[in-house]
Amino acid sequence: MNIVICVKYVPDATADRHFEADNTVDRVGVPGLLSELDEYAVEQALQLKEKNAAGEGGEETTVTALTVGPAEAANAIKKALQMGADKGVHVVDDAIAGSDYLATSQVLAAAIKKIGEESPVDVVLCGMASTDATGSVIPAMLAERLDLPQVTLGSVIESQGKEFRIKRDGDTSTEVIGATAPLVLSVTDQSGEARYPSFKGIMAAKKKPLETWSLSDIGVDAGEVGLDAAWTLVEDTEQRPPRTQGEIVTDEDGSGAKALVEFLASKKFI
Amino acid sequence: MSEVLVLVDHVDGKVRKPTYELLTIAKRLGEPSAVFIGAAEAADGVVESVKKYGAEKVYVVDDAQIKGYLVAPKAEALQQIAQKVSEKADPAAILIPSNADGKEIAGRLAIKLGSGLITDAVDVSASAGGEGPVTTQSVFAGSYTVQARITNGTPIITVKPNSAAPEESEGAGAKEEFAVTISDSAKKAKIVASQPRAASGRPELTEAAIVVAGGRGTGGNFEEVEGFADSIGAAVGASRAAVDSGWKPHAFQIGQTGKVVSPQLYVANGISGAIQHRAGMQTSKTIVAVNKDEEAPIFELVDFGVVGDLHTVLPAATEEITKRKG
Repeated sequence: MNIVICVKYVPDATADRHFEADNTVDRVGVPGLLSELDEYAVEQALQLKEKNAAGEGGEETTVTALTVGPAEAANAIKKALQMGADKGVHVVDDAIAGSDYLATSQVLAAAIKKIGEESPVDVVLCGMASTDATGSVIPAMLAERLDLPQVTLGSVIESQGKEFRIKRDGDTSTEVIGATAPLVLSVTDQSGEARYPSFKGIMAAKKKPLETWSLSDIGVDAGEVGLDAAWTLVEDTEQRPPRTQGEIVTDEDGSGAKALVEFLASKKFI
Repeated sequence: MSEVLVLVDHVDGKVRKPTYELLTIAKRLGEPSAVFIGAAEAADGVVESVKKYGAEKVYVVDDAQIKGYLVAPKAEALQQIAQKVSEKADPAAILIPSNADGKEIAGRLAIKLGSGLITDAVDVSASAGGEGPVTTQSVFAGSYTVQARITNGTPIITVKPNSAAPEESEGAGAKEEFAVTISDSAKKAKIVASQPRAASGRPELTEAAIVVAGGRGTGGNFEEVEGFADSIGAAVGASRAAVDSGWKPHAFQIGQTGKVVSPQLYVANGISGAIQHRAGMQTSKTIVAVNKDEEAPIFELVDFGVVGDLHTVLPAATEEITKRKG
């Protein structure tokens, strides 16, 4: 089985995230890391690999971690390799900076097709969202571009050979979604804790292949991607003034509850 | 005026509140046309509901052949309606509810139509210069607001719940049954089973004006949190710690990987206030917290805070509120 995990290098949510002068996210000046939500996708890929190996005949599985981003984004792949992915592909090209969802999905789809030239891709695995843009649209867009079944937002993932089933918790109902590989699968943070890289894994990762591809390697025209080609234009970004702390009272013999009710009444919530 | 397509958010033909918010926004941009994808027999009821909020037209797509498949057929249906509308004049925008299905439909539709896409708008207005809708988004855990617009194709925008106060205004509500052709490739992901979520009797979390949430500090006992919530007519939510501990199902989770709420009042009980939680509630109008730990970071955000044990503060507050209400 051939699995490609799409991973993203994002600014650390606990750092001071901000925008650059051209209103794009500063991806270099802020400490970055593998998006926490993509770790769940890496975990599910590794579990699939382990399951296939343990099954009848011991099927061989290759897990490729794919990212699109600046030079620093290689760190996201390295983390995935340390966790247990077999190889990495990093699409890096100055022309990509500032790409919108459409261009990003186009670049990812082209890279996945190229990975598939060697041996067909069975599962494209994604996290539920990135922790910076939080759009949750790329997996669906990849399914559209690659013409594959979209099996997304799984909290429980089951498979038998090429048959996949997930549990999808929606706003108003919980659904079971089924499809046959090749497919695009995305998994939520409910799908199972992601493993930490072991010492052995960290050492082994250094020897794993990491290829770097440019746009021309994957046959995407540089003029179709990046900030200038984006179909969305950010006109302004503004830091929200930090919230100012209001009154804090310490509860003593019921005083806290009284003060709380007074506050709610003064704001007309009661 | 150009049509603005609004995808109706509904459960079995019962229209949900975000639909009315989208119709209200649509009126700022053009002539609202609702798109109902559902059971044909529910269409008349839906037309009655959406015309009260200004829908001039209601496109009805009978979902008998497509309801067993995940999102892809709905994107094809919207594509075909948008193309039909474009024969006269391009739609001014396509507005879609920003929930899991809605965002995925929007993503696929953007590729099909060759249109720019903006997700999770918290406000949409017409631009002064006639350059199409301008959106406001709240990003980086609510620490930045972003103004953006779409520069290519029909603007596709997913809009978060509570982004507008629904305004009633009678529309014509002309029903138009629309026959769609769904490709085989849109039928590759099947909905094998579906279990509706049990109604709690409380307001819907993302739509509620007041949200009362509990975290690790509840110790797994949500009785006091729920009692307090009921006394002020609030929805109940939970932190990730409470959900991970199995005290509440994931549908209750507020935060980066759960629901993002923006109510008039948010009351955090026994929740420390990690960045991931803040991402889900930071844009609430008024924030109140009850926590034993005076060092809890949640207190940095609050308009009012009580340092105390929620197990004693909440029941006392509930009793006081009930007494006041008489």
